[in-house]
Amino acid sequence: MENSKPEMQVTLSKPIVAVHPERGPLHAGIAPPKMVTKNINAYFGKTHALRDVSLSIPEKRVTAIIGPSGCGKSTFLRCLNRMHEVARGTMTGEVELDGRSVMEYDPVLLRRRVGMVFQKANPFPMMSVFDNVAAGLRLNGMRDKSLLNERVEKSLRAAALWDEVKDSLGKSGISLSGGQQQRLCIARAIAVDPEVLLMDEPASALDPIATAKIEELIYQLKINYTIVIVTHNMQQAARVSDYTAFFYMGELIEFDETKKMFTTPEKKQTEDYITGRFG
Amino acid sequence: MKGRELYLYRWRKVKDKGMASLALFCVFLAVTPLFMIFFYTLAQGLGAINIDFFIQMPKPVGEAGGGMANALVGTLILIGLGGLIGLPVGILAGIYLAEYGNNKFADTVRFFTDVLSGIPSIVVGVVAYILVVIPMKSFSALAGGVALGILMIPTITRTTEEMIRLVPQSFREAGLALGLPQWKTTLRIVLPTALKGITTGVLLGIARAAGETAPLLFTALGNRFWSTSIKEPIASLTVFVYDYAKSPFEDWIQQAWAAALVLILLIFLLNLIFRYATRGRYGEQQA
Repeated sequence: MENSKPEMQVTLSKPIVAVHPERGPLHAGIAPPKMVTKNINAYFGKTHALRDVSLSIPEKRVTAIIGPSGCGKSTFLRCLNRMHEVARGTMTGEVELDGRSVMEYDPVLLRRRVGMVFQKANPFPMMSVFDNVAAGLRLNGMRDKSLLNERVEKSLRAAALWDEVKDSLGKSGISLSGGQQQRLCIARAIAVDPEVLLMDEPASALDPIATAKIEELIYQLKINYTIVIVTHNMQQAARVSDYTAFFYMGELIEFDETKKMFTTPEKKQTEDYITGRFG
Repeated sequence: MKGRELYLYRWRKVKDKGMASLALFCVFLAVTPLFMIFFYTLAQGLGAINIDFFIQMPKPVGEAGGGMANALVGTLILIGLGGLIGLPVGILAGIYLAEYGNNKFADTVRFFTDVLSGIPSIVVGVVAYILVVIPMKSFSALAGGVALGILMIPTITRTTEEMIRLVPQSFREAGLALGLPQWKTTLRIVLPTALKGITTGVLLGIARAAGETAPLLFTALGNRFWSTSIKEPIASLTVFVYDYAKSPFEDWIQQAWAAALVLILLIFLLNLIFRYATRGRYGEQQA
């Protein structure tokens, strides 16, 4: 695909400003917010994993979360669709999806709207490629064969995997290569038609070619989805994201347009991390 | 390499080979009795096995020939009844322990399951006697099935739990992140992934139950006649072996060997059937 980002028709609304309790407003561009977090704190046992994180996630944009290991990136991601509860974490503060607190949603219904792709590709081993993509739909009760076929093809095409697997849909999901497996997982996640897609280091276990494919895919996907991607890879954040949030020790240090973050960050810490002086 | 370095290198090699040989030797030691039992039973029992043995009823003392058709069918019915009780209880309990079992209650259940697996089978027979035989005022296949079912439960429960625990957390998370409720994730994603291991547990449980004699003696009792009613006493291979082996008649003792052989082959066959029925569509894969 072309190197230029696709032109987007976005209705400009009022600038979004996330307010950090001590550091004041954090400028975050002009796309309307899909999700907003207000002063969230997260705990795993005695670990205080997130401290007063307030951030707004712009709709149909890619927001990258960067920061050194253990800074709370993945925890933040999980708080967005309450997957932290699966890992027995607790959270205080507000996370809102379309202006409504996620705690008011049934977690099951919330996760259908806020899907997730994990660091390690995890296709279901006893299912075929087709069944993997159809899993979410089928297990949520979709029986219509032709509709399933249609949705599976659409999802696989959206995940840029269709051409590679269209002749082997009956093969085991884990017979695919690592990169294909991860795209299969992305197809599986988007098959249930979420609005937000959370990606936890989706390319960290992949070789550069497979990584490039995933990144191209993220470009494509943001036309329809709001994407939040956690990454260790600074270049990746710079390449794929529109906005970047820098986390350190469970705190949100800085959040801004990616272009600005990588050229003229406000905070010294951000600059040090991005230029590789620490972290 | 030279001198001491070379010496140490060779010594490492010797130790490595030594330990490997020791391990291999122990494998032989472990499987030798198994093979001996199998081949001895084969040698003793094969002579009495023929078509009649499978389709005829036992003959009275002194009459030649006869078979154990009733005992074969009886054992199948008893295993079936036992499985009907043991499988659902064992598997569901295993699921509970693995997926929801982080509490005191589950620890207690685990403890008593382990105790139950150590209880002599004859005690379980007494329990079934009190629970079923006394109220029904009759020995019955049902009572035998209850006894065997109780015996299957601990093995099936603990293997199911272990196997479900082996399923990586990432599959559960993938299911939940797709917006599936917890129970559907467990039932449709975790359970199929662990199916092969669970099958092994189920087979162990069934094989153990199929080989039991003691708890059947005062539950199913045994029956020299044809019966498929679960309310009547019923014959079984193990009780058949027990009765015939302690008899003074040469041909009965031979038939006891033959019945023992049939029992072994039956369990072998059940193994094959179960493994075929629960085989993954994609051959060998991670658990």
